[in-house]
Amino acid sequence: MHDRPLAALAAGLAAREFSSEELVRHQLDRIARLDGGLNAFITVDEEKALAAARAADERLARGEGGPLTGIPIAHKDLFCAKGWKTTCGSKILSNWVAPYDAHVVERLAGEGAVLVGKTNMDEFAMGSSNESSFYGPVKNPWDRTRVPGGSSGGSAAAVAARLVPAATGTDTGGSIRQPASLCGVSGIRPTYGAVSRYGMVAFASSLDQGGAFGESAEDLALMLNAMAGFDPRDSTSVERPGEDYRRDLAKPLAGLRVGLPREYFTADLAPDVAACVTGAIDELKRLGAVPVEISLPNQHLAVPVYYVIAPAEASSNLSRFDGVRYGFRAAEYADLNDLYRKTRAQGFGAEVKRRILVGAYVLSHGYYDAYYLQAQKVRRLIARDFTEAFEACDVIAGPAAPTVAFPLGEKSNDPVQMYLEDLYTISVNLAGLPGLSVPCGFGAHGLPVGLQVIGNYFDEARMLQVAHRYQLATDWHRRRPGNLR
Amino acid sequence: MSAGWEVVIGLETHAQLSTASKIFSGASTAFGAAPNTQASAVDLALPGVLPVLNAGAVVRAIRFGLAVGGTIAPRSVFARKNYFYPDLPKGYQISQFELPVVVGGEILIAVEGVEKRVRLTRAHLEEDAGKSLHEDFHGMSGIDLNRAGTPLLEIVSEPDLRSAKEAVAYAKTLHSLVRWIGICDGNMQEGSFRCDANVSVRRPGAPLGTRCEIKNLNSFRFLEKAIDFEVRRQVELIEDGGKVVQETRLWDPQKGETRAMRSKEDAQDYRYFPDPDLLPLEITPQAIARERDAMPELPAAMRERFIAGHGLPASDATTLTASKALADYFEAVVKAVGGEPKACANWVLGEFSALLNRLEVEADAGPVPPAALAGLVKRVLDGTISGKSAKDVFAAMAAGEGEADAIIEAKGLRQVSDAGAIEAIVDEVLAGNAKQVEDYRAGKEKAFNSLVGQVMKASRGKANPAQVNEILKRKLGQVAGLAP
Repeated sequence: MHDRPLAALAAGLAAREFSSEELVRHQLDRIARLDGGLNAFITVDEEKALAAARAADERLARGEGGPLTGIPIAHKDLFCAKGWKTTCGSKILSNWVAPYDAHVVERLAGEGAVLVGKTNMDEFAMGSSNESSFYGPVKNPWDRTRVPGGSSGGSAAAVAARLVPAATGTDTGGSIRQPASLCGVSGIRPTYGAVSRYGMVAFASSLDQGGAFGESAEDLALMLNAMAGFDPRDSTSVERPGEDYRRDLAKPLAGLRVGLPREYFTADLAPDVAACVTGAIDELKRLGAVPVEISLPNQHLAVPVYYVIAPAEASSNLSRFDGVRYGFRAAEYADLNDLYRKTRAQGFGAEVKRRILVGAYVLSHGYYDAYYLQAQKVRRLIARDFTEAFEACDVIAGPAAPTVAFPLGEKSNDPVQMYLEDLYTISVNLAGLPGLSVPCGFGAHGLPVGLQVIGNYFDEARMLQVAHRYQLATDWHRRRPGNLR
Repeated sequence: MSAGWEVVIGLETHAQLSTASKIFSGASTAFGAAPNTQASAVDLALPGVLPVLNAGAVVRAIRFGLAVGGTIAPRSVFARKNYFYPDLPKGYQISQFELPVVVGGEILIAVEGVEKRVRLTRAHLEEDAGKSLHEDFHGMSGIDLNRAGTPLLEIVSEPDLRSAKEAVAYAKTLHSLVRWIGICDGNMQEGSFRCDANVSVRRPGAPLGTRCEIKNLNSFRFLEKAIDFEVRRQVELIEDGGKVVQETRLWDPQKGETRAMRSKEDAQDYRYFPDPDLLPLEITPQAIARERDAMPELPAAMRERFIAGHGLPASDATTLTASKALADYFEAVVKAVGGEPKACANWVLGEFSALLNRLEVEADAGPVPPAALAGLVKRVLDGTISGKSAKDVFAAMAAGEGEADAIIEAKGLRQVSDAGAIEAIVDEVLAGNAKQVEDYRAGKEKAFNSLVGQVMKASRGKANPAQVNEILKRKLGQVAGLAP
């Protein structure tokens, strides 16, 4: 059962081939059997999951099911789900049970999807390897000595190991696309404003966007259909008519202009990754797409700009974790300042502290103009590069990550090397654009490589069309890690 | 005050906007609820929650901008002011920093009849913090977040004020204005209107001196006393060879002094930056026009109209326009009477205002509605009752005894204005008081008053005094004419 895409699972449920309860039990068993070696989940709640599955079965029996009714899913552990521990991979929220549902959680539950667990992640989504989690690193299902990518590493690994057929994630600088690439699954980050951030614990508010993982582009379209849409509780949510993200999947790619940024195909890109990505672009050409060379001249500034803006926003967003109202509080303290100091010193991990310090620095008096303001100006230039590029092409294609999955511990003591993991994804966040990654082959050590497809604002349907047509012609997305039967 | 010194004051005023819900959440803003019962997930800053701007707060800011003749920014930006404090749940306050919603404008004040324009720097929207309660807990502090997220308009004046009296006049005028345009209930006990005063002193013509900021003055009396104290403190300090240190000070009403709270050196770096959770606030010309059309006549314009249109003395016009409720009441009385604004003003500013003061209520909450007062004024004007009886009628109305006409009838206060009846009484009095008639004839004017008194007494106070005067004069003349 676990090996089927969402549409096939929905068909099985509709045909009463199996019930949601059977499907969910099957996935729970799989999690119990396999997650010990992966650490993809922080919380699994059998009781809640089975109750939701039985409710879904009743709904299906009444003939009121939708495409996700009865389908087991997992949420990245920064989406608030009522009655569920929501930790953000941090000690400081290790005891916090959310009293309300995030918009995304509400929407998926409304469709009848069954939440089985909350997935591991880099602490507060800060990281590209899932090693900064208070709950320990997630292992890559393709090679358990390697990282799954991050920060949504738990969700990517859970889908890669088919512990769940689909999961949510968030992408602030590449946190869906890079782990999707490293774990050999499909993952999409929608346009900023397409999916409500309400109930999604903030890392960097102007960059955060919720998205999804699945086996295929079609799975992603099904997930987005439930997740996207206007929410008045998020002021940055964009009010626009609802859309069916599957609507263009079947359209052929003839004449589609695929932009290839000169700046993406340089010596920074590992040759094995380059070979897979080039092969994928050749496939798109065979499918009728027309490659167009484009340039994103400010691409080289994306990582430095990101590491000013994201920490600045994070330093402020994470101020609420002060031990006063909820979450972890240091056991002993002398006075108020000592309470703050000890709670935050003990409650946050090293990477989070590093970013809070950087963020506070770039916002402080006398440095604001040189760092934060300057970064905002460059951010506009980066966005303009894309706007100009999209005059010459319909989508942009390139790598999602510069290398295949790297060994655990290799980069965890070298923040700059770690930050460069997001070289090809970060500019998309700075511009607020949508991007996805789909498996496009295997590089060094037989590890998966992802093809990134970037679209213009709210052009997800076209990106998914490109990915779907590519997946009809290839079977990379159907490959499974050999050791996880 | 302090000879040879010029005082320079600027005020920062926090006016709580009268919206039913908070500026970024749906929780109620009502005062006095049990602690933390009016704090939503947003106010508690739970993980994952987001602010959504209350349109009612924006409308009120627009109204204020129009009322003071300021510029309403077509685009203003919410910024985060970052600092840690237990009653600040997010660890930052959402305020406006570089781009406020209102820029400029002015307030016209009058001190002892001298008018002065006080320039405004800006007014910006922000949220209030919660409250820390240190008294009720042993070795701990309590936090009440009911007030967290309450919408405030911070109104900043230029340092145009030159005395505590001017500062109070400015604060009072502003207080009256925000209530007039319906954006703030002005309740100072509940903290709906509070001032911070920036005070410095200098030799006339010298550059600005170092200022101290006195925080959270929540009554006009404290404002005046705190500034007076602070000016004396600064002058004495300088005259003794010392230097004023820029700092924040608190007013201690018990001791009647200000004391240092924190110095500039301890001042925090608030790391302001635009709040990425909120879009820039865009205000269209249409939105401004809508508020302009809905705006009531402003006190300054109304005062001018009372002087020019109604012919009221400036002092009456000023007092009547000190509150919208009083001005509206006055207008309603004039309308019901059908004119006679001066007579109406006398009643509104006299008996009626005295009654309001006694009951400590606003004009719109008094026991005598405008139509009722108008009914009384009309009876005075048409001579039905005397001015003296009218005061008794008013007191009866205030006591809830009914309308003027009914009270006049019930108490038998109607004046006798029937000339024949009065003549009969006069004749009787003249006949019975030959001595006074003699005296009057001999040139003793006092005798006339005595005769008037006798007539009034004989009529049991009901005779129309003007008619009594006239008839008595005529009759005495006739008597004189008949003399040999």
